[in-house]
Amino acid sequence: MDLSAINPVLLIASLMVAATPLLLAAIGELVVEKAGVLNLGVEGMMIIGAICGFAIAVETTNPYLGLLAAMAGGAVLSLLFAFLTQVALANQVASGLALTLFGLGLSALMGQSYVGIKPPAMAKLDIPFLTDLPIIGPILFGHDPVLYVGLALTAATWALLKYSRLGLILRAVGENHEAAHALGYHVVRTRVLAILFGGACAGLGGAYISLIRVPQWTEGMTAGIGWIALALVVFASWKPWRVLLGAYLFGGINVLQLNLQAAGVAIPVEYLAMSPYLITILVLVIMSADKSRAPASLGRIFHASQ
Amino acid sequence: MIHLEKRPQPSRAWALMTPVIAVIVTMIAGGLLFAALGKNPIEAIRTIFYDPLFGEFSFYYRPQLLVKGGPLILIAIGLSLGFRAGIWNIGAEGQYIVGAICGAAAGLAFYPMESIVIFPLMIFFGALGGLIWAMIPALLKVKFGTNEILVSLMLVYVAEQLLASMSLGLLKNPEGFGFPGSRNFQSYDSAHNAELITGTGMHWGVVAAFIAVIFSYILLNKHILGYNIRLTGEAPRAARFGGVNPTRLVLFCMGASGALAGLAGLFEVAGPAGQVSIDFNVGYGFTAIIVAFLGRLHPVGILLAGLLMALTYIGGDIAQSSLSLPSAAIQVFQGMLLFFLLALDVLTNFRIRFATKGAA
Repeated sequence: MDLSAINPVLLIASLMVAATPLLLAAIGELVVEKAGVLNLGVEGMMIIGAICGFAIAVETTNPYLGLLAAMAGGAVLSLLFAFLTQVALANQVASGLALTLFGLGLSALMGQSYVGIKPPAMAKLDIPFLTDLPIIGPILFGHDPVLYVGLALTAATWALLKYSRLGLILRAVGENHEAAHALGYHVVRTRVLAILFGGACAGLGGAYISLIRVPQWTEGMTAGIGWIALALVVFASWKPWRVLLGAYLFGGINVLQLNLQAAGVAIPVEYLAMSPYLITILVLVIMSADKSRAPASLGRIFHASQ
Repeated sequence: MIHLEKRPQPSRAWALMTPVIAVIVTMIAGGLLFAALGKNPIEAIRTIFYDPLFGEFSFYYRPQLLVKGGPLILIAIGLSLGFRAGIWNIGAEGQYIVGAICGAAAGLAFYPMESIVIFPLMIFFGALGGLIWAMIPALLKVKFGTNEILVSLMLVYVAEQLLASMSLGLLKNPEGFGFPGSRNFQSYDSAHNAELITGTGMHWGVVAAFIAVIFSYILLNKHILGYNIRLTGEAPRAARFGGVNPTRLVLFCMGASGALAGLAGLFEVAGPAGQVSIDFNVGYGFTAIIVAFLGRLHPVGILLAGLLMALTYIGGDIAQSSLSLPSAAIQVFQGMLLFFLLALDVLTNFRIRFATKGAA
């Protein structure tokens, strides 16, 4: 066992990379849940984003087009969920599960000819002088652009929810859809837009895994990250900055256990690989004592009956 | 302008019709998908739904219907109890794996002793393993109000790692020349879940599935516990005022579904799969969710839905070898089925009106 091989600067830098897909998906889901909708299909939308992004990036040799395609893919899949839950008024838990099962199958089908291919690489940020700084350079200025997009998205979501009229309407719809409807807000329209946003974010998060973090395509490669993102929203008590904190925490645990595996710690690999999931459960237990933060209409079906 | 009008009572006729219509719509949509993949859609649909039952080699495929349907039905029956009461155990795959590990370990502990008590003991430990695994989310929900959906699902990934560890470590066959996987139960008579009647595919797991169907039917229709489950799902407030104890209900529903999933795992690993190996589980725990919904959470419905879903597995295998249809296509097909079912369900609870808005 050689723990000195673990470099703390690289650890923090790779923690940020590991946390980004989680962050993107969880921010998207946070907005969806703030609007009062529980979309359990995050895992499915992520994996569809992962393959759409990968396929388009490989075909066009342009990773940025890939990211756009991933967002479109995730959004299109979430549209199915929006139709089921907002138009056909189906149960949200069942519809979300359907989305995940369908997404996993469809992505495996779409990805058959892409196994074992390397995607085009995405340029990393390289600011002369700043990136070369010791310690701060690799942590703050040496990443791919999407990572910064994730951070900006967190800030934007926080500001929009807290200060804008749009955020107020979104929260009103999520807290009490009958009252929002009575005030003349379009409950269904707001929710569909929120669901689409969540889908696009999850898709982007998925593509981040297949294009930047790993980078290659394997079946079922999201491996539960979508589900952890769902847990993260609960952990964060539906607050954007806490989502960021949680994502970095989980990213850190994941990177650390991978590093420990590589360093040859005396704990078997399988037990180290379990740790992110076990810690997610532990955190859920601790956080679920306080239920007051959840949007009051979360998961409830809205039907404007006369 | 189309708008929906809530029915005072869910329509019984539509509740029975929607699964049938969903299957037909899925066949059409699936045909389009297969056509998009460059296969002849009519031939693909025939290969999946007709050939296993009446085709040239149906004598081989028909028994598979019970072999694959057994675990699906067994798991789905358990899940349906919780789903009816709004208790969402979606980690059946994990309970299935842990049940298989515990049951198999109990059997392997006695190797090479031959005795008739070994198999019943394995069954007991299989159910116990699944039960314990399901009790984790159940107790956390009861004690701390933790979301059972997320916890039970996280435990699937934990169980998969545990399975990898077991088949590479503790349960590895000492005479297996270093290959991963446990001893094969097919060569250990006392522990083998053999075919009961040759050529039918009937094994103890299938028997257990049929018993589960009957018991769940009686439970839901004749027993106060089943009544409470249905009441909690349909009118939670009334259930609370009626004195239904939610804690006991959560523990019972999660426990029962876990134990049944564990049983399914044990019967699979001791029979058709033959050994504990890294990839003996093929996602029955997740497909069973579709089976439960397709069967309308009703025991008899689940029996039929389980057989239908088994048919798509078998037909999918045939189509894979004869038409080189990718195996993922069947997964998509199964997912679509759930989609159409949920979408069509609106007709059960709502009436569609084509009236102009101004008229009312």
